[in-house]
Amino acid sequence: MNSVILRAGTRYLAPLLLLFSVYMLLRGHNEPGGGFIGGLIGATGFVLYAIACGTAEARRALRVLPQNIAVTGLGIALLAGLAAALFGDALFTGQWLFLGATETEKGLPLSTVLVFDIGVYLVVFGAVLTLVFAMEEEI
Amino acid sequence: MTDEPNAAPAAPGLAGLLPVALSAVLFAGFLALVPQVADGGAIRLAWDWVPTLGIALSFLVDGLSLTFALLISGIGALVFLYSWAYLGRKPEFGRYTLFLTGFMLSMLGLVLADNLIALFVFWELTTITSYLLIGFNHEQADARRAALQALFVTGAGALAMLAGFILLGFTAGSFELSVILAQGEALRAHALYLPILILILAGTFTKSAQFPFHFWLPNAMAAPTPVSAFLHSATMVKAGVYLMARLHPALSGTEIWMWSLTIFGAITAVFASVVALRQTDLKQALAYTTLMALGTLTLFLGQESGYAMTAFATFLIVHSLYKAALFLVVGNIDYATGTRDARILGGLARTMPVTAFAAALAAMSMAGLPPFLGFIGKELKYAGALAVASEPLVVAGAILIASALMLAVAGVVAIRPFWLPPGGAFPRQPRPAPWPMLTGPVILALLGATFGIYPDTLERALVAPTVAALLGSAEEAKPLVLWAGVNLPLILSVATIVLGVTIYAFKLRLRAALARAEAALPSFDAGWDRFLKGLNRVAVWQTRVIQPGVLRFYIFVTFVTVLIGAAGTMLARGALPALPSLSTVTWDGLALSLLIVAGAAIAAVTGSRIAAMAALGVVGIAVAMIFIVFGAPDVAITQLLVETLVVVLVAVALLRLPALDPPGTRDRRPRDAVLAGAVGLTVTLTLLAVIERPLDRSLTDYFETASWVEAFGRNIVNVILVDFRALDTFGEIAVVVIAALSAYALLRTTDKRRPE
Repeated sequence: MNSVILRAGTRYLAPLLLLFSVYMLLRGHNEPGGGFIGGLIGATGFVLYAIACGTAEARRALRVLPQNIAVTGLGIALLAGLAAALFGDALFTGQWLFLGATETEKGLPLSTVLVFDIGVYLVVFGAVLTLVFAMEEEI
Repeated sequence: MTDEPNAAPAAPGLAGLLPVALSAVLFAGFLALVPQVADGGAIRLAWDWVPTLGIALSFLVDGLSLTFALLISGIGALVFLYSWAYLGRKPEFGRYTLFLTGFMLSMLGLVLADNLIALFVFWELTTITSYLLIGFNHEQADARRAALQALFVTGAGALAMLAGFILLGFTAGSFELSVILAQGEALRAHALYLPILILILAGTFTKSAQFPFHFWLPNAMAAPTPVSAFLHSATMVKAGVYLMARLHPALSGTEIWMWSLTIFGAITAVFASVVALRQTDLKQALAYTTLMALGTLTLFLGQESGYAMTAFATFLIVHSLYKAALFLVVGNIDYATGTRDARILGGLARTMPVTAFAAALAAMSMAGLPPFLGFIGKELKYAGALAVASEPLVVAGAILIASALMLAVAGVVAIRPFWLPPGGAFPRQPRPAPWPMLTGPVILALLGATFGIYPDTLERALVAPTVAALLGSAEEAKPLVLWAGVNLPLILSVATIVLGVTIYAFKLRLRAALARAEAALPSFDAGWDRFLKGLNRVAVWQTRVIQPGVLRFYIFVTFVTVLIGAAGTMLARGALPALPSLSTVTWDGLALSLLIVAGAAIAAVTGSRIAAMAALGVVGIAVAMIFIVFGAPDVAITQLLVETLVVVLVAVALLRLPALDPPGTRDRRPRDAVLAGAVGLTVTLTLLAVIERPLDRSLTDYFETASWVEAFGRNIVNVILVDFRALDTFGEIAVVVIAALSAYALLRTTDKRRPE
């Protein structure tokens, strides 16, 4: 699609969507959001870019193959699940670390659950882009 | 059908001797157990495998399983040694050794297993390794066909047997054989006894190639000769016989057991020995005599008497010894001359004296001549047959015919190729076989003679313990003696020899008559081909009906099915919900519903795909707004995003599709409208019926309280996704990845240059 307005708008919108997707991913544990939604929003950014500038351009901007992203995400999610074994828990039991926690402040919560959610994000992101790019290139 | 042995007789790498050492060590180990088992001490080993299902990896060493284990490992060692010289220089020798070693270990597992499920696993492992070994010469079409045929026939039987095992396990309350065997009385009286018996016999009859499932075994001779000697004569085909013997204490003693085993065994034995005489390929002739032996063993397992069981145990050992020896002898003949055709072969005694000697010994054992073990085996067979309670004369008659024919076949294999003048030119100048190919036949043939002269060793060590495993007491075993005085079995033996020699003398004329008869009778092998062809035709037909490739048809069928299933159930049960009062309707709910209805209506009536797409997008967004109104923001966001992406994807695809309903096509929309309306009504009624019931909030309450305390998160939806139900989510994202990759592969394989 050759539209100057869309291309100009996409140049600002796509990075915003990506940034927003990470925000949605990170806040997901307490507010609406999470890996699934974040991944979909992130993918929308690149889909928009592909519509405006073509798939070839979008692929160049992505730098890696989307299917590699999806498979990497699956691996990360699996590792997050396996990590529980190191602590002697059942598979996929969440492990938490509260950095700098005091009596009153709970500190910075880090967890394998977050790693798992990042894996979900990458899977959804990569899978959707794999499909959309392939469809657009095929047709 | 000939496999090609080594071109050069030189011995290959020494690594090929490793499996020989392995099986020899195993054989020695089993031999060391003989004194303990002979004293009545069965050995049991067990480890938990799937404890929640009551499946254990347990092993039982008693007389029966030890006899089999000794035969498997002992003949295995000799066959490995033989193969080393026979195939060792072929590039595929490594693979061959792997398959054959795998087979031997699974076969040992099969006979030693004390758990039905473990036994089944080993059973199927032997089926698979047998498949690989029959198809070893995979470049030959008939080897591939024979391999597949054996796999299908025995595999189908094994599936039935698995069902039988499960029924048996639940009926007996345990999958442990040692427990099941102690419950014979209760099992025989149980209502499920008949189904159990039929299902298990389906497995054993196919594995042991009983008539009418016999046709795969002669075809399996496409395997290299050492494989035929090991699997399709001495060990694997006896797995079915082994299982019938193993379950004898639990299932035998009923009319149906006795008759089915006697009838099928007798038919197989007589039929096979008649057909064996007709064969001109020595290996095929031996294959049919193997069928005869399997039939005889089955026949004896149908009985209860001590004579029959002693005959079973003795003939089992006798047959394995002489048949493995003769198969290896035929391998040597093939190796030396390049042919196995009985009509051409002759005069080989001068070139291969050792092979001729082994062949003569083994054949005399097979023919049942004194002083060989085969003679004792035959005497016991007659004694066992005469002890049959119901029809001793029929059974003895069947054995008389089969034994006489065996004697004739023994002559064909051992006299004709070695001592008579050749009937034609050989494909190659005869050469002597190297020593590893002579060791096996000679040792096996000599064992047949030794045990014939000193039968009491064998009786004490193996036969009596086997009978004890079958009947519960070693006292039931009858003595193995060469000279039992002038009695009915001896007279029958003399009659057998006279009849057999007569048949041998007239074998050419008989062969011609049999060939004519065979041509006139329907062939099971051809029937198998017809069956497979018919199966393929049915598959093609049903694929054409169910999978026409028209998306509309799939959706139509799906919705019709939903309608019949859901609406049908609701109507049949008279569970129509009451109409809810309109007072619960809110303004925003009403407005969104109207939006959905409008979008759906436009999508249905518009003639443009893009307009329909946009209208459906409206429906999707209105549904998302309903989620927002009712406080499910996560679901709403997901719905909106998915909706957006679907519109993009479908819009891309739509560009390529032809216009909706080109002029001239029949308008299907009235029919579709009726269906859509009916489905919509059903879904509405279903939802109304669902909300009539009080909502079960126990899960919601649990997650509401546990989410923060246990998983440190306030967004319950997300906490469930990534923590409480993380394993499910992992499965889902794995599906997402697989779906994306498959779609990618499909999109990329379509040819872009294809004309539209």
